[in-house]
Amino acid sequence: MSDAPLPTAREVAADATPVGTPPGVEQAIALGLTADEYALVTEKLGREPVQVELAMFSLMWSEHCSYKHSKPLLRTLPTEGPALVLGPGENAGAVDVGDGWLITFKVESHNHPSAVEPFQGAATGVGGILRDIFALGARPIAVLDALRFGDVDDVDEDGEPTAGAIRSRFLLDGAVRGIGHYGNSIGVPNIGGDVYFEGPYETNCLVNAMALGLVERERLTLSAATGVGNVVVLFGASTGADGIGGASVLASAELVGGDDGAESMRPTVQVGDPFEESKLVECCLELLDKGLLVSLQDLGAAGLTSSASEMASKGEVGLDLDVSLVPRRQEGLEPFEVMVSESQERMLCVVTPDKVDEVVAITDKWDVHGTAIGVVTDSRRFRVFDGDELVGDMPVPALVDDCPVYAIHPERPAGGPAALYPAPPARLAPDTTPQETLLALLASPNVASRRPLFEQYDCVVQSRTVKRPGEADAAVLMVPGPAGPNGPLPADRRPALDAPVPGVGVSIDGSGRRVAADPYTGTAWNVLECAANLACVGAEPLGLTNNLNFGNPEKPHIAWQLTEAVRGLGDACRVTGAPVVGGNVSLYNEGTTGPIYPTPVVGMVGKVPDVRAAAPLGFQRDGDAVALVGWNVLPTLEASELAKLRGQELPDGLPEVDLDHAQRVIAAVRDAVRAGELSSAHDVAEGGFLTAIAECCIAGGRGWRHEVDAEHAGDGLSDAILFGEWPAGFIVSGSREALDRLGEQVPLDVFGTVGGDRLELTAGPTTISLSLDELREAHGALARFFA
Amino acid sequence: MKVGVVQFPGTCDEIDAVLAAERAVGVGNAELLWHRDRDLKGVDAVVVPGGFSYGDYLRAGSIAALSPAMGAVAEFARAGGPVLGICNGFQVLCEAGLLPGTMLMNLSRRFTFRDVTLRVEAADTAWTAATSAGQELVIPAKHQTGRWYAPDDLLDEVRGNDQVVFTYAADDRPNGSSANVAGVCNAQRNVVGLMPHPEHATDPLTGSVDGLLLFRSPAEAARV
Repeated sequence: MSDAPLPTAREVAADATPVGTPPGVEQAIALGLTADEYALVTEKLGREPVQVELAMFSLMWSEHCSYKHSKPLLRTLPTEGPALVLGPGENAGAVDVGDGWLITFKVESHNHPSAVEPFQGAATGVGGILRDIFALGARPIAVLDALRFGDVDDVDEDGEPTAGAIRSRFLLDGAVRGIGHYGNSIGVPNIGGDVYFEGPYETNCLVNAMALGLVERERLTLSAATGVGNVVVLFGASTGADGIGGASVLASAELVGGDDGAESMRPTVQVGDPFEESKLVECCLELLDKGLLVSLQDLGAAGLTSSASEMASKGEVGLDLDVSLVPRRQEGLEPFEVMVSESQERMLCVVTPDKVDEVVAITDKWDVHGTAIGVVTDSRRFRVFDGDELVGDMPVPALVDDCPVYAIHPERPAGGPAALYPAPPARLAPDTTPQETLLALLASPNVASRRPLFEQYDCVVQSRTVKRPGEADAAVLMVPGPAGPNGPLPADRRPALDAPVPGVGVSIDGSGRRVAADPYTGTAWNVLECAANLACVGAEPLGLTNNLNFGNPEKPHIAWQLTEAVRGLGDACRVTGAPVVGGNVSLYNEGTTGPIYPTPVVGMVGKVPDVRAAAPLGFQRDGDAVALVGWNVLPTLEASELAKLRGQELPDGLPEVDLDHAQRVIAAVRDAVRAGELSSAHDVAEGGFLTAIAECCIAGGRGWRHEVDAEHAGDGLSDAILFGEWPAGFIVSGSREALDRLGEQVPLDVFGTVGGDRLELTAGPTTISLSLDELREAHGALARFFA
Repeated sequence: MKVGVVQFPGTCDEIDAVLAAERAVGVGNAELLWHRDRDLKGVDAVVVPGGFSYGDYLRAGSIAALSPAMGAVAEFARAGGPVLGICNGFQVLCEAGLLPGTMLMNLSRRFTFRDVTLRVEAADTAWTAATSAGQELVIPAKHQTGRWYAPDDLLDEVRGNDQVVFTYAADDRPNGSSANVAGVCNAQRNVVGLMPHPEHATDPLTGSVDGLLLFRSPAEAARV
């Protein structure tokens, strides 16, 4: 520990100006500001910004930090609910799960870094979202991820994988290894996720990571810096030149084309160290457990600039920071580089002067050495010093709040989605038999078993995982389970087998294809899909987090996608009763071939009163009746997985979805699961009814038989019935009586019986007979990409 | 019976190990031991848990093996105290010279998580006294550097002394280890290491409970 005096507020003459020559408007434009924004900065300062100030404004006013193109839309989303404790605006949201426990959660993107360097990009995406969670004083208890890549099985005329497919496989492998590397090493279980492969992601993959934290209500910690004279302490990793300009240049602009473009962006990607972060987690939780901190904030995008100025803004105070006190990992860093570095695994806290020694001692115990670098002032100005020299002096509100907000100009694209997105290559002839179609769907990368991915992640560490990936439609965790954020709970607070064990169900989902076809309906469908996943484990939504991954919002057709998607998101949130607790907006996702599919990723957390009742997805008992629940209309093949395999272009719009009906079905299935009425429950998603049946067979290791008598069989079953898709459809199994009871509330048709080791369907000319092994082999198609 | 669980920076499964030990020996009878302390707090058995001690930089388990706590654990082991190394703990015990063999990266070169079936090869160690030879246990395995390796002469010695405690069931080879070994013991049979995680197989709510048998074993062995 150093004997150096603690930082105090500096005496600076009222007319003092920071040293240095203003770099000027051209440099501002190179950093991502517009000429008008530069003029506005100059007006706010009363002079042109010097280098440190320009660097800080360019980051704080970037889309990534300011949401300047999305803020008005985000304000339309519902952000209140009975369980909501912390809504948008803090590091993450929080919901009340009962007995004094809160779950904090949030999803965030790390798309462009992952497109440039998939392993580190994905790893630091996980690291970043975990810091958001423990900055609130919560123990990170789970990670989920949503991944989108180009098609991995495109082949050329000779049957060889295309260059795009090879690159997509590289990105898939790197991202999965990166996510595993960080999460496994830090001891946070990865409990679920989703992955889609579509052409429009080929040059701009998506890596969204979601994390959950556990905290007792009174331990929830906010980021507002308060108390004039309090000391700002930086701890964790030392600061280097990595990730300079990550938020502005890399995250808030379209990716430069080609390999060279990606290569030149590599220095803007950070490098993660999960070991450093695991010490940070323990250190932060110990500091908070001992009540030593006034506030806590992580350093993420835009590093010290963003975290310090947001702490000052929320606390309505000023800050004096001395960059010469910041521990460096390399020599020769300029003050502006220290202020904007995105070096990972760093935290900032505010401490009363009498507690600084104790705080530093605990950071030393965990080898994440704390250093006092600044002080809270009443000036409402963010002043940056380099030793005795003033190198930046800005009003905090100008940095944080005064970025202009831009209206976007939505315009429905002429020619529909097909004009934006070329039809995918046909992989399946139009006249295949239902049996061949089923096998092709099971083997499609969007449907195939995710086991080759999730087998690379630890899903059981921390001893709360009741339903692992692949066992149920949503992950299920005991909450709090046998341990709280700071270790094992007393015996009388641990779960007992003879009493209900409370917990949460968690799901993340978001098909981009149906949003591309119809942004309003597709987005609402994604929310319903998450709620349906939760219903299968008996979970009722408490809140949701969303990551809006879109193209360049300055283009009218992207603005239209974004506007319609947010409208669909809001409507579906209101219907499902899941308020938005926060999230992330990732714009400018456009590669060399155009925009990505608009991809609103939805992560939902729901309350499970008793995890023992959570239903598995696989068939459990021979002789159980099987039913399709929920649909009151014929499902659609438009924008379906089958349409993609057949190489069909996107339709201009999807049929209207009755949200209220869908919600009634979801609630009825949830209640039946909670009551223990069902042996299994699985929502029907990509590939439709028959694909869902096959998934239930594979997961349960049991067959299914169904025969439609000749009178009703007619000309056989249509592709729309067998493979069409529609929200809020479920395959459930159980006793005939239980299914009849559910059928009194919502549409339900009994289709067949569990048993044997084959999937067998006979309906007039439609006949399918496949062994479990044949189903498994098709479903295992992703394994070869990880061999 | 009091159980101590060593905590290094970067350890991940220490709370899980405390919970598992408590399920076997009673709540309040397991506690953490800090890596910088040589004080083992008078415990009757020590668990070196899983995770990535000191980031597993240099080589998995190599830095932890030099920690003050491990110095005390080595003395405890030499005096006959029961020590169990799980996953990273197994790596640490090999690096500390308390167990034979060394750990290489999985043949797949990937981190692999899945339930594996273990066969008990020796039921006469401090940590298998509650099992029977030939018994099969379902326990999760999760590691990237778990391919236990011994050169032929060492392997012959380990087999000759019946120091192979667990093997993976015939069709279940998660990492490609020598002779399909999942766990070994020292010549005195009080120190046992294994790659799979018995602490994650102790609660019916989260899966198998076969791992409880290991945590019940030291008390059982002491009674015999």
